[in-house]
Amino acid sequence: MRKPRLVVVGNGMAGCRTLEELLKLAPDRYEITVFGAEPHPNYNRILLSSVLAGEVPFVETILNDPTWYETHGIRLHLGKRVVEIDRISQRVVAEDGTSAEYDRLLLATGSSPAILPVPGNDLHGVISWRDIADTEAMIEASQKYRHAVVIGGGLLGLEAANGLALRGMTVTVVHIGAWLLERQLDRYAGELLQKSLEAKGLRFMLQTETRALHPGPDGRVQSVEFADGSRVEADLVVMAVGIRPNIELAQRAGLYCRRGIVVNDTLQTYDPKIYAVGECVEHRGVTYGLVAPLFEQAKVCANHLAEFGIARYTGSVTSTKLKVTGIDLFSAGNFMGSPQSDFITFTDPSAGVYKKLVIEGDHLVGAVLYGDTVDGAWYFQLIKDRQKITEIRHQLMFGPHHLGNTGHSGENRAAAMPNDAEVCGCNGVTKGAIVAAIKANGLFTLEDVRKHTKASSSCGSCTGLVEQILANVLGSVYQPNNTREKPICDCTDLTHAEVRQAIREQKLLSIPQVMETLGWRTPDGCATCRPALNYYLISTWPHEAQDDPQSRFINERAHANIQKDGTFSVVPRMWGGLTNPTELRAIADVAEKFRVPTIKLTGGQRIDLLGVKKNDLPKIWAELGKAGLVSGHAYGKSLRTVKTCVGAEHCRFGTQKSMGLGIRLEKALFGMWSPHKVKLAVSGCPRNCAESGIKDVGIIGVDSGFEIYIGGNGGIKTEVAQFLCKVKSEEEVIEYVGAFLQLYREEGFYLERTCHYLARVGLDYVKAQIVDNPEKRQALYERLLYSLQGVEDPWQKAVATQDREYAIMEMTE
Amino acid sequence: MNLWKKVCPLEQIPRLGAMRIETPKGAIALFRTRDDQLFAVTDRCPHKGGPLSQGIVAGHEVTCPLHGWRIDLTTGEAVSPDKGCVTRYPTKVEEEWVWIAL
Ligand code: SRM
Ligand SMILES: Cc1cc2nc3c(=O)[nH]c(=O)nc-3n(C[C@H](O)[C@H](O)[C@H](O)COP(=O)(O)OP(=O)(O)OC[C@H]3O[C@@H](n4cnc5c(N)ncnc54)[C@H](O)[C@@H]3O)c2cc1C
Ligand code: SF4
Ligand code: FES
Repeated sequence: MRKPRLVVVGNGMAGCRTLEELLKLAPDRYEITVFGAEPHPNYNRILLSSVLAGEVPFVETILNDPTWYETHGIRLHLGKRVVEIDRISQRVVAEDGTSAEYDRLLLATGSSPAILPVPGNDLHGVISWRDIADTEAMIEASQKYRHAVVIGGGLLGLEAANGLALRGMTVTVVHIGAWLLERQLDRYAGELLQKSLEAKGLRFMLQTETRALHPGPDGRVQSVEFADGSRVEADLVVMAVGIRPNIELAQRAGLYCRRGIVVNDTLQTYDPKIYAVGECVEHRGVTYGLVAPLFEQAKVCANHLAEFGIARYTGSVTSTKLKVTGIDLFSAGNFMGSPQSDFITFTDPSAGVYKKLVIEGDHLVGAVLYGDTVDGAWYFQLIKDRQKITEIRHQLMFGPHHLGNTGHSGENRAAAMPNDAEVCGCNGVTKGAIVAAIKANGLFTLEDVRKHTKASSSCGSCTGLVEQILANVLGSVYQPNNTREKPICDCTDLTHAEVRQAIREQKLLSIPQVMETLGWRTPDGCATCRPALNYYLISTWPHEAQDDPQSRFINERAHANIQKDGTFSVVPRMWGGLTNPTELRAIADVAEKFRVPTIKLTGGQRIDLLGVKKNDLPKIWAELGKAGLVSGHAYGKSLRTVKTCVGAEHCRFGTQKSMGLGIRLEKALFGMWSPHKVKLAVSGCPRNCAESGIKDVGIIGVDSGFEIYIGGNGGIKTEVAQFLCKVKSEEEVIEYVGAFLQLYREEGFYLERTCHYLARVGLDYVKAQIVDNPEKRQALYERLLYSLQGVEDPWQKAVATQDREYAIMEMTE
Repeated sequence: MNLWKKVCPLEQIPRLGAMRIETPKGAIALFRTRDDQLFAVTDRCPHKGGPLSQGIVAGHEVTCPLHGWRIDLTTGEAVSPDKGCVTRYPTKVEEEWVWIAL
């Protein structure tokens, strides 16, 4: 059977990005032909500013070189402008007569610079800026001539002015607005920007209207005349007064166009065989002039071209950054606000810092940052995700404290870091290495950087820093991940929430069934999605869904922690941190008998036997079992430890019996699988010697009862637990805690600790379920008891069934 | 020269699972994929020597348990952008028994 033919008109950023996304999803679906009016393969247009500024040579801006087209079997027609679409015979024709037939057509024709309708706009030396040819013309002019006038004080105009000034020209920027970047900045920030640029030698004429351009004796432009009759000298004039979507081709073919080619949420034009993406389209009445939205469109369009049919494009919130070295500005969302808005502002004039946050109701809706843009990506995320900010409003201005996590010694300004500074402490990756990888491989996302450099792919505490570096290198192209809508992995487009819902609503009971019903792209999934699916199945349908050992990480399969040398560790449970001579003797005996190299007290109040050979594990467990010791699950996404202090049993300050309650809790929750690990602590009084304040669940005994805290974390990023409620009896503690943990088990995403879950759903929500609604609480607690029914010690089970995981063949000569 | 050796009955290795074999040539990881193909490679990850036999198998790939490199079992090469490779050994199944050539 012949493959369907896909023809792409426009070899720019949006068209090629759509192809890249399509090839990821369905590499062999189409026979592809691309027409590009420019004589170059796809390059990174936004880097033209850096080319003009002399920071990057043109070759480094190439995104897809000719071999990329070749390896993917794409027929490439360079330097050929398509002039006709024949929708009846489904054919496009280029200027030189080259033609191609299509089954699907993708229009990605971009836009053209607008030209001011003033006399002299066609003189020699008057140009606009869109492509590499324009850039080369500007560089050449800067070598021969002295005086440049840039008309337009928007992003493009300022980047042009900066580049020409760096190349030695005297530059005047003529702008009709009252301040610079009036579509991206408020007046105050615009004025700060103007001052910084004046310090770099640029001159500005604001609220000035151009009336005519006048030639010199050689026919080249010589001066610019304004509405008030005054003139300035100019032998180069750059017009940067806006863009016009390229719609003529589509219009002639009878496709419905307004300002752009009109498309729906699946990026289809009014002819369903014809798709369009990029600056040439108009979606829900909006046209875009930045690449980030185009990348989002490309993703959705590719999904439909691949005939997966699940994605929707619903429009983009954009953010702005100006690519002028030494100037830090950022703006996003509705930064001007409305009469209903609240504004939080911060100004430090001598340091040149200005920040404004615009709040409406419970949400951050816009932000302008000048001089210190470190937190821009975070604000942008809050705006895009429409996260509720009520609870963090008072500290919103001070940023996310996202940075300066453990392991980065308080480092929190990517821009100020030297190139040899270590960003990722786990994988030893420096800032320089990350910057180089972003530039050399054309990386755009955090995921890309993780893949190429390994930075932020282990413990993740440097994620904020890496995001900042990306934002600094890429400018506004950088789009922080929309975490809520992120698919689980490359095997699917569905999010964790969608998959959980489908498993519940359609009663899916096994991994193959999930993958088939939900259209997984890979037959076996991958090491990211399979463990998640396995957890969702067993937590949603306990006693019914199949637990699949091959989809568990080795630690959970082997009931032990794998070590760097391939040996394992054994951590027996010591309920509430208590032990006795029999247990200690059994541990000492196995350690001696199996020559365990290291014995260590863990941070979780128990003993770790480290460096055990896999084959010895079942034998050790069998012996420990005789003394009554069971698995401590130190390896699992499950209940870990319940730390206790001595409490009222012995301590002179103790108000409640913390050891006793700790043991009861640990026994009640034994064998509980969860989205991530779960740690508890019980302290006998507010001196809190068991550190209840940084546990998933922490209990503090007080004279009149027990305070319950949830969502603490003492790991990568210290998170103080939040007060849930106070109860009177131990029985109530167990019910409330059980109900909260069951809520987390049912709603948490895989690898989301309680602190992340709580940040996502909010403390009020949890209180409403657990504290204010007794029926809900009891139902949750009962569901927990039901899933824990018949839980066995995995070690004794493995010993009894002679689990195959331990069969290792010896082959000797 | 390659010598064929008998390893174990096929059913002893679960689908999407693996067997670690100690041999005179060092430890070898023997994988069985969903489509019942067998792949044998050195049980040492090219990154930092992790035991590949303990990883998660999907398609014709295994993910190393230590730091998550992916190894393509058909070529023995690490999946890009990681770089490195492991030695492969021929395998066959005869009458439901697994053989390996060392
Ligand atoms: C053995 C122990 C260190 C010790 O010798 O004390 C330990 C060892 C490991 N921890 Fe831990 N953690 C140990 C207590 C802790 C504590 C302290 C505590 O529990 O009171 C913390 C901080 C508290 C917390 O979790 O909130 C802790 C925070 C982490 C984290 C970061 C978790 C986070 O959400 O930020 C990880 C990484 C992860 O789980 O993804 C981790 C992961 C690990 C792993 C399992 C790394 C791995 O995936 O292989 C380590 C296994 C080492 C090995 O080779 O066996 N370990 N780890 C402690 C075992 C306690 C126990 O008895 O079960
Ligand atoms: C100097 C400069 C700096 C920029 N900086 C930034 C920035 O920092 N951040 C940001 O987000 N955005 C920036 N932009 C904007 C960004 O480059 C555009 O949003 C993006 O390139 C649009 O992609 P596109 O594919 O829609 O259009 P283009 O990239 O323009 O691609 C369209 C292609 O189609 C070709 N074409 C048009 N008609 C036809 C036809 N009939 N037949 C064949 N080919 C045709 C054109 O020649 C062109 O190559 C900048 C733009 C410029 C010029
Ligand atoms: S035990 Fe914990 S802190 Fe120590 S090296 Fe391992 S993961 Fe890091
Ligand atoms: S040893 Fe295999 S990924 Fe590090």
